[in-house]
Amino acid sequence: MKESNNGPLISIKDLKKYYNGDEIKALDDISTDIYPGEVVAIIGPSGSGKSTLLRSLNLLERPTAGTITFEGEDITSPKTDINKLRQKMGMVFQHFNLFPHLTILDNMTLAPRKLLGMSKEDAEAKALELLDKVALKDRANAYPSQLSGGQKQRIAIVRALCMSPDVLLFDEPTSALDPEMVGEVLDVMKDLAKDGMTMAVVTHEMGFAREVASRVIFMESGKIVIEGSPDEIFNDPDNERLKTFLAKVL
Amino acid sequence: MPYLCLAIPAWLQKLRDEFYLNFIDDDRYQYILKGLLVTLEVTFFAVILGILLGIIVAIIRSTHDKLIGDMRPGAGKAVLRILNAIANVYLTIIRGTPVVVQLMIAYFIIFATSNNKVLVAVIAFGFNSGAYVAEIVRSGIMSIDNGQFEAGRSLGFNYVQTMIYIIIPQAFKNILPALANEFIVLIKETSVSGYVGLQDMTKGGDIIRSRTYSAFMPLIAVALIYLVIVMFFSKLVSILERRLRTSERK
Repeated sequence: MKESNNGPLISIKDLKKYYNGDEIKALDDISTDIYPGEVVAIIGPSGSGKSTLLRSLNLLERPTAGTITFEGEDITSPKTDINKLRQKMGMVFQHFNLFPHLTILDNMTLAPRKLLGMSKEDAEAKALELLDKVALKDRANAYPSQLSGGQKQRIAIVRALCMSPDVLLFDEPTSALDPEMVGEVLDVMKDLAKDGMTMAVVTHEMGFAREVASRVIFMESGKIVIEGSPDEIFNDPDNERLKTFLAKVL
Repeated sequence: MPYLCLAIPAWLQKLRDEFYLNFIDDDRYQYILKGLLVTLEVTFFAVILGILLGIIVAIIRSTHDKLIGDMRPGAGKAVLRILNAIANVYLTIIRGTPVVVQLMIAYFIIFATSNNKVLVAVIAFGFNSGAYVAEIVRSGIMSIDNGQFEAGRSLGFNYVQTMIYIIIPQAFKNILPALANEFIVLIKETSVSGYVGLQDMTKGGDIIRSRTYSAFMPLIAVALIYLVIVMFFSKLVSILERRLRTSERK
């Protein structure tokens, strides 16, 4: 990390995302910081803007106004090389988005080889090591279509890790999974959190948010309604809207 | 009568005479053989020109459709708009007029000073095919889930790299049958080359017919040769298709 270790890794300031002029305010003046080693869970009802917020962090959504600073660089500035920054921000999607025409090993080594200039041998050694961690080393030469949903998502996580990112963004990583496969994916994420990986997780898994997150952000209508430790959010919250939401999902 | 059983039936004798008259006499088979080479030459180079043009136009059009909404105003956006407009005009004109007319316009108007009939035919058929290939390739690119695109970009690949490593390989597999069909159409379409006096295979057969006043042999021969070429090519494509498919599920 280039910045001093006590500064934020990602700093979001007055972030706005409007559609149709200013008719739909997907993000309405969001400000928050993410510090190194933090696991931030973003919760809220559907349509609250939590995925939009996460996708703005690596500019898959281009914000209408506001700034996002990552490792001291304003990523919303036109001068920033967003492709370079994205190499350091891994992303895991709801629908895995593995590349179906490539084997698991090629899925994982494509970006390190083409973008970081790693040799085939080095990239594969690293990929196999990561595959071993998620207990999928024996599937290295399989194609994505041969894997279960839980396996695909574990591959998607280690594919992102192959780029040695400084932060991992998760966009509802367990929402497309059969219930019995949610656990295996959450376990991988818990291990990552333990190893000190900085993570921002949009999730409907309140158990995960409560157990693993160091901070929880509750969003509604494009605004951060309340944020705090899992303890503050889940144990006897006094915010009315949060209470209503939790009553529905818990 | 010992020779009776060896006597050739009258109809077979007639067929033999016809064959001799149309192909052997005066070395008339040369018209078909030389014509076949012209047909193959024109088709081969027109296919290459068509693919190149098609891919370029398809990338312009799908880039425009995908990115124009997210682009900041500036030179890049203006250039993309202009390129897209040119591509649209090209597609409309080529797909809205018969290929024979295009060929004659190319030969008698645009390249009126040129005497190289093969080159003019290659350009005319190549530009014609390019329009159809462009729409096939574009539909292939658009058929790939946007998540694939986002996954590529989130790893740090730029737009072009994402296209080359992730989108095009998947799109190619999807459009292979449609592309093969386009080339089958093309090789048969070159049979109108005679309109500008180019002696392709069809013209060759027709010249024989006009010399011998016998239509059956030369025209059926020409038809059979087209049929064999198309069947051979179809077989080749179906083998390639099977190869590509098995690589995904072993």
